[in-house]
Amino acid sequence: MRQWRIEITSKKGFPDVYGKAMLGSIRELAITSVENVFFARVYLIEADFDEAFAGRVARELLADPVCQDYFIGRSSVPVGPSQATLVEVHLKSGVTDPVAESVLAAMKDMGAANVQSVRTARKYVLLGNISPDEMQTISRRALANDCIETVICGSDAEPPSAHTKPYEFSLTHIPVRDLNDEQLTQLSKRKDLFLNLTEMRTIQDYFKRIGREPTDIELESLAQTWSEHCGHKTFRSAVDMECDGKAIHFNNLLKETVFKATQDLNKDWCISVFADNAGVIEFENDTAVCFKVETHNHPSALDPYGGAATGIGGVIRDPMGTGMGAKPVANTDIFCFARPDMKLSEVPKGVLHPRRIMKGVVSGVRDYGNRMGIPTVNGAIYFDDRYIANPLVFCGNIGLIPRDKCFKHARTGDYVVVVGGRTGRDGIHGATFSSGEMTHEHEDIFSHAVQIGNAITEKKMLDVMLTARDKNLYNAITDCGAGGLSSAVGEMGEKLGAVVDLEKVPLKYAGLNYTEIWISEAQERMVIAVGPDKVDEILALFASEDVEATVIGQFTDDRQLVLRYNGTEVGRLEMEFLHEGLSKYSRKAVWNAPKLSDPAAVNKENHNDDVLAILSSYNVASKEWVIRQYDHEVQGASVIKPLTGVVNDGPSDAAVIRPLHHSDKGLAIACGMNPCYGEIDPYWMALSGIDEAIRNLICVGARPDRIALLDNFCWGNCTRPTTFGSLVRAAQACYDGAMGFDAPFISGKDSLNNEFVCEDGTVISIPATLLISAMGIVDDVKRCVTMDAKEAGSLLFIVGLTGDELGGSHYYRIRGHLGANVPKVDLKRAARTAKKMHEAIIKGLVRSCHDCSEGGLAVALAEMAFAGGLGIEADLRGLPVSKDCVRTDAMLFSESNSRYIVEVSPQNFHAFASLMADLPFGQLGKITQSGRLVIKDKNQAVVVDCDIQTLKNAWQKPLAW
Amino acid sequence: MEQVKALVLRAAGVNCDVETEYTLQSAGAAAERIHINRLIENPTMLNNFQILVFPGGFSYGDDVAAGKILANQVVHHLTEPLHRFVEQGKLILGICNGFQVLIKTGLLPDLDGRATPDMNNMPATLTDNDSGKYEDRWVYLQPGTTRCVFVDPNRRLYVPVAHGEGKIVTRDAETLERIKVGGHVAFRYVDENGKPGAFPINPNGSTDDIAALTDSTGRVMGMMPHPERFVRWTQHPRWTRLKQKDGTPDGMTIFNNAVNYVRTHL
Repeated sequence: MRQWRIEITSKKGFPDVYGKAMLGSIRELAITSVENVFFARVYLIEADFDEAFAGRVARELLADPVCQDYFIGRSSVPVGPSQATLVEVHLKSGVTDPVAESVLAAMKDMGAANVQSVRTARKYVLLGNISPDEMQTISRRALANDCIETVICGSDAEPPSAHTKPYEFSLTHIPVRDLNDEQLTQLSKRKDLFLNLTEMRTIQDYFKRIGREPTDIELESLAQTWSEHCGHKTFRSAVDMECDGKAIHFNNLLKETVFKATQDLNKDWCISVFADNAGVIEFENDTAVCFKVETHNHPSALDPYGGAATGIGGVIRDPMGTGMGAKPVANTDIFCFARPDMKLSEVPKGVLHPRRIMKGVVSGVRDYGNRMGIPTVNGAIYFDDRYIANPLVFCGNIGLIPRDKCFKHARTGDYVVVVGGRTGRDGIHGATFSSGEMTHEHEDIFSHAVQIGNAITEKKMLDVMLTARDKNLYNAITDCGAGGLSSAVGEMGEKLGAVVDLEKVPLKYAGLNYTEIWISEAQERMVIAVGPDKVDEILALFASEDVEATVIGQFTDDRQLVLRYNGTEVGRLEMEFLHEGLSKYSRKAVWNAPKLSDPAAVNKENHNDDVLAILSSYNVASKEWVIRQYDHEVQGASVIKPLTGVVNDGPSDAAVIRPLHHSDKGLAIACGMNPCYGEIDPYWMALSGIDEAIRNLICVGARPDRIALLDNFCWGNCTRPTTFGSLVRAAQACYDGAMGFDAPFISGKDSLNNEFVCEDGTVISIPATLLISAMGIVDDVKRCVTMDAKEAGSLLFIVGLTGDELGGSHYYRIRGHLGANVPKVDLKRAARTAKKMHEAIIKGLVRSCHDCSEGGLAVALAEMAFAGGLGIEADLRGLPVSKDCVRTDAMLFSESNSRYIVEVSPQNFHAFASLMADLPFGQLGKITQSGRLVIKDKNQAVVVDCDIQTLKNAWQKPLAW
Repeated sequence: MEQVKALVLRAAGVNCDVETEYTLQSAGAAAERIHINRLIENPTMLNNFQILVFPGGFSYGDDVAAGKILANQVVHHLTEPLHRFVEQGKLILGICNGFQVLIKTGLLPDLDGRATPDMNNMPATLTDNDSGKYEDRWVYLQPGTTRCVFVDPNRRLYVPVAHGEGKIVTRDAETLERIKVGGHVAFRYVDENGKPGAFPINPNGSTDDIAALTDSTGRVMGMMPHPERFVRWTQHPRWTRLKQKDGTPDGMTIFNNAVNYVRTHL
C-alpha cells in the first residue's frame, strides 16, 4: 500500500474562490497582517496503484483540466517576498467524509482494484507576517471547527492516521444497588446520563427487584428513552401553578392544554395527531399531508454547519418515518441568533461569534436541503442578544403520504432492518446532551455529540424507500433520530419485544463498543420491520441502488428488549419498564405579571426616520441573502415564493405549493413568533404567534377551516418555577388559540434548558420562545394572492382594529424600550375576520393582501409599496382604532393583531365593503403612481413621506452580505 | 411513428427527475425515470428511447466538483452507447447538474464533432459562481444559435437558475472564439429587453454570458437554467401581476421542440 497525496489548486488566471473567501473571513476578525490566502484541496489516498494511475486519478477525476492544476505530492509554496504559513485542516478521525466516499467509488469506476482509504483536507497558504497569537485566532475562529476538525501547521506535518483500533469485547456492569443518593447523582453526572435523583432511584429499585446490577448498555438505554429530548418529561408532568396568586393544577400539562384543544375540536380531517413522527391531516382524495418541526439548538451552537445540516436532515426523516413513509415536499427553517455585528469582545468564552453561527447555519440548511431536492419555502430569522450562546435552529418538513399508508404495525417475527448510513461514533449522547444546559466547556466535552450529515445517503435511501413502500415490502418504519437505534427499535417493539444482534450493525470504522453502536446518533439511518417472506426482495431492492440494508434482529412477543453482541447477552430490559417506568413528576410553576409601564409619548411631526429604522432592524430587514441560497423551486411546485413583487424581492406572507402534478389544490405554509412580547406576557405572546401564523395563511388564500398548527417551545431551565410558569402561560394560550380559531395542533416539540453558564458563573438564558408553524389548504392555487401592490388607482383598505398596543413593538425596541401594552387577540373577532377575508379572496375581490405585524401599519404599507414598485397614499382618518388609541405613533407602529391590509379595485368597492360590514374596517387610501409612501395623520398633517427606493434600500441593506 | 420515448436518468443525488418526467409527458412523450445502475447493466435499453435527459440535482453530492463523479461513471461505462445514441440522430438534454455532467464528460461543447466523451480534452467547464454561493433566481435567456433543435431562435425565455457552479469558462480565448463562431452558444443571459448585463442579469459571471451550449449536431444541449420549472403559469414569480396568462409557458417550449423534432425527424 502506498499513500498518495494529491493537491488541487486553481490555475493561474482563474479565481481562487475559497482562498478569497478565507481572506474575507480573516479580515472580519480585524486581522490585517494576512496579505493573501491561497487554497488547495488535498486528497490522501492509500492504494496499491502506480504513479501513472495516480496521475490519471489526479488529471481525470480530481482536477478540472480547464481551471485547476494538480500536484502529486505537495504543491510548491508561492514565490515572493512575503512570509508563507502553511495550514491544513483535516477531519478528526471518525468524522464522516462524504467526498472521500464518492472518490472511492469513482476510482473503482476507473478500474482501481485495491484502494484502502481516501481522506480529504483543506490546505491554506497564508501570506504575511502573522503573529502566533493571530494565527491561533485565525485557526479557531475562521479556518476550522475544533469540534470536528484538526488544524496542522507546517510544511511537512502529516495528519493523524486514518485507522482506528479494533474493539475488544468486554461486558461492563455498573453497580447501582448499593449506592447512596449522592453516589447515584454522581454516577448520572459521570456517565453523562442527565438523569435526576428520582430517576436514578427508580432505576436502582428496578435492578434491586430483579436481583442484579445493570450493564452499561441498559443504563444508557434508559437514559436515552427517559431523556427530556425523547420523553418530554416537563410537558407531561403534573403542575402546581400559581398565576398572579391564583392556584391552578394540571395532572398532565400537555394533555390539558395543547393536546386537549385537538381532542376537543375533534376534526374529522385530522388523521394522526401527536402519535407518530409527524402530525397527519387530509389533503385531497387519496392523499394526506404531514408536518413536523424540530429544533437542533445545542449541536448548532457547537458546529453551526453540521448542526443545522443534520437538523434539517433529521426532520426530513420524520415525515419519512411517519405512517409507512411520506414523500418530503417542503422544508421550513426559523432561526434565532444574537446580533451579527456584535463585538468579538462581547462574545463569552466557549461560544462562536453570531455572524459565524448564522453563516454556518444557513450554509448547513442550504447544502442539506438543496441536495435532498426539497424546496425550502418558508422561514424567519429573529435576533436577540440572549441567543448568543444558545442559537435556536428550527427545521421543519412537510410530506405527502397516500391516505392508506398513514399507519404502521410491526409484527412478531418481523425482521429488524437498518437501512441507509453506517453507524459511527458521531452523535453519541446527543439526546441526553441536548437535554441539559451548556457551559463554556461543552465545546470540548461534547464534541462527540455533534453529528455530521451526508444528504446523498439520505436521498438514495428515500428514493428506494418510496418504491419499497408502494410495493408493500415492509410493515413499519421509523427514523433513527435522538437516541439512535435504542429509540427506534425501542419504540417500534414497545408492544412486542425485540432481540438485536449489535455486531451485525454496519459500522463506518472499527472500534465501536456495543453500547456506542446502540446509542450512536449517526445520521441517515432508518429502521424498518420486514416480514420474513419479503426480506430477500427488499434487501435486493435497496442493493440495486447502492443503499445498505441489514437485518440486525427480530421482533418477538415477550415484551423484552434483548441486546446481544456476538451471541453474548449484553442487555435485557422489560419494554414496560423502559417506556412506562419513568416516575411522574409534579412541578411548581409561578407566574406573576411583571410591573411594567409604557414610555412617555414622543411628539414628532415626521416619522420617516422611525419607519426607516424599523425597516433596517435585523428582524424586519430583508432576508434575501438567505432565501436565495435555498432552492425554493425544486419539485416544480412553487405557487407563492418567499420573495414576490415587481422585481421578485418583496416579503411574501406565506408560501404556497401545489404538490400534485394533476391537481390545483395547494398547501400554504407560514409561521409566527414574537419572543419580545413574552417578556411582557407569554400568554399574549403565544396568542399573537398563533394569530400571526394564521393571518399569514389567510393573506395568501388558505381556507380558515383547514388550518393545522404545530408548536415548538424553546425555554430556559424549567426547574425554575418562574421560567416554567411562563411556559405554562404560553401552553394555556395554545389551548385558547386553537379553540378560538378552530385550528387544532397536530404535532409539537419542546427544547428546554436553553441556558449557558459562562466561565464566571453568569447564566445566560434565552427569552421564552414559542414558534407556531401553520399549514393550510388552498382549494385552488389560481385564486392565491400576493402582498405586493398591483396597480395605481386601486383602493387600499385595512380590516381589523388598531389599539394602543406598542408593548414589545419594534417601534419601542429601536429606542431600547419594552413597554407594557402588549398586543392582545380578540379571538371571536379574529376568527370572523379570517373567515371574511377568505371569502373576499376566493370571490376575487382582493388584488393584494398583506398582514400587519412587525413594525405595524407603516412598515406593512412600505413593504406593499416597494414590493409593487408603486406609491401609496394613506390617511389615518380611515383607520379603525380602539378608544385608547389616540397617539399618531401608536396608529403607525402598534403591532395589534388580526389586521390585514387589502388592495381592492374600485369596481369591487361595494362588494368588498358589504362583505366586511360587521367588522372594523376602513379605507386607508389608494395606490398611486408617485413612487412615494405618504401617510397623513388624523389632522391631515403629513407624518411619513418617503420614496419607495429609499425605503427599500433601508430594508435591504442590513443583511445584504 | 409511435409515441416519442424519453429516458430521464436517475443517479444518487439527482433530484429534478420527477418534474422533468412530468414535463416530458406534458409535451407528449412517454417518459420513464431509470436509475443509472440499470442502464449500465443493460445499455441496449437506449435503443427504445429517442430522448435522453440528464436532469438537475446534486449527483453524488457535487463531490469533487458538480457533475464530476457521474461524468466519470458515464465515461467509464457508457461512452460507446452514448456515442451511438447521438450518431443515430437522437437527442440529449442536460439541465443544471445534467449540463455539468455533459460538459465534464466532454460531450459538450463538442468542437471537433466527435460526439464522444473524453475527459482528457475538455475545452470548457462549469465552475463556482462569481458570487461564491448557490443562488436561486429568475433570468432571461436570449437564443444564440439557429441550429439547436431545442431552441426556438425567435423566443426569449424567462426561467429560473438554481446553482452554485454555473459559470462557464473556456480553456483559452481561442476556444471561446470557436464556441461562438461554431454556433455552440444555445442561450445567453440577458435582461428583459435582450441586452447583456452584469450580475444579476448574468447570475454567475459566465464567460460571454453563456447559459447553454449545444454540440456540433445541435441535438445535444446543456443548460444551467431549469426550463422544467416554468411549465405552468402559477410557477411564474409574478403570475399574480400578469394580465396575459394563456400562452405556452417559456420552459415548456424546450420540451415541445424536442418532442416535435423527434416526431418529424426520427
